[in-house]
Amino acid sequence: MSSVTPGELPASEGKGKSTRHEWPLWEVFIRGQHGLNHRHVGSLHAPDAEMAIKNARDVYTRRNEGVSIWVVESRHITATAPGEKGPLFEPSESKIYRHPSFFDIPDDVGHM
Amino acid sequence: MAKQDRTTLTEFLLRMGDNTLILGHRVSEWCGHAPVLEEDIALANTALDLIGQTQLWLGYAAEVQGEGKTADDLAFLRDAWDFRNVLLVELPNGDFGQTLMRQFLFDAWSSILMPRLATSSDTRVAEIAEKAAKEISYHVERSADTVVGLGDGTEESHTRMQAALDYLYPYVGEFFLSDAGDAAIAAAGIAPDPASLRAEYDDFLDRVMAKATLTLPEDRFTHHGGRNGEMHTEHLGHILTQMQWLQRAYPGNTW
Repeated sequence: MSSVTPGELPASEGKGKSTRHEWPLWEVFIRGQHGLNHRHVGSLHAPDAEMAIKNARDVYTRRNEGVSIWVVESRHITATAPGEKGPLFEPSESKIYRHPSFFDIPDDVGHM
Repeated sequence: MAKQDRTTLTEFLLRMGDNTLILGHRVSEWCGHAPVLEEDIALANTALDLIGQTQLWLGYAAEVQGEGKTADDLAFLRDAWDFRNVLLVELPNGDFGQTLMRQFLFDAWSSILMPRLATSSDTRVAEIAEKAAKEISYHVERSADTVVGLGDGTEESHTRMQAALDYLYPYVGEFFLSDAGDAAIAAAGIAPDPASLRAEYDDFLDRVMAKATLTLPEDRFTHHGGRNGEMHTEHLGHILTQMQWLQRAYPGNTW
């Protein structure tokens, strides 16, 4: 038998109306190795920035994934609206000449 | 190594390894039960770190003992009276706050001891301590922050943390009890005399509890009997029945 006795959750007021205060959501960015960019790896909850870093360390770097962690509260991120996908992104689909694929790259340059 | 020295060193290593083994098992009991996912993973990480340290301490203990045993034999085939952990680590988890308070009280001691062990005259002890020190400095940062957060939190969390401190504090004195074995270990430069760590420990606790708005009990009475194996609490036997049942039911089984 486990000796854990988890505390009771705070009672909720009426149907579907919880008084439980959730911690804010944070987005986590991890640099895999020196020289690479920080990449978004996921999100988590934490009461403040310092705990968010600690939680990120525990949740996202267990298998030696990182050398640096950034966290930012999700509410500070401004995102594009999915409904505006057409006007925002479709115009560039027909402009293949913007891709630098019409040049012969010398072999000496190697992988780009 | 003379037989007497070997016995004394084995005893010291068992004390180190049994602390981390029993606390590691206790903390692992939270796996899947913690209040939020992030804390669940953090607790599981801590438990794994502690079990990792156990492998090193008990592995070395088995070598020094020289009876052909392994760390696993020591962990899974000894009975309660052979364990040398302090009573604090075998106490029940209670609620999340009590678990984190116990963790902090242990981490604080461990974080003061480990840098000193890193300069041990015994190179194996020094190597184990150096490896463990990094894990421990993270543990203590995390557990101290949580004690402060919950102590200086809501009325409910404050009350629970104060109750946890009142319950657990009468067990911390056992860390600092010294016996003839400790004196021999200290004289050989293997580890400091346990009593010599108390002042730094008290300072550390004073600082964290002040931030956490918690009151340390004034009474210095301490329960003891774990690290010398005289008398464990009733909880240890229950832990062992769960921890050891597979090796007891299927001796020598591996996976």
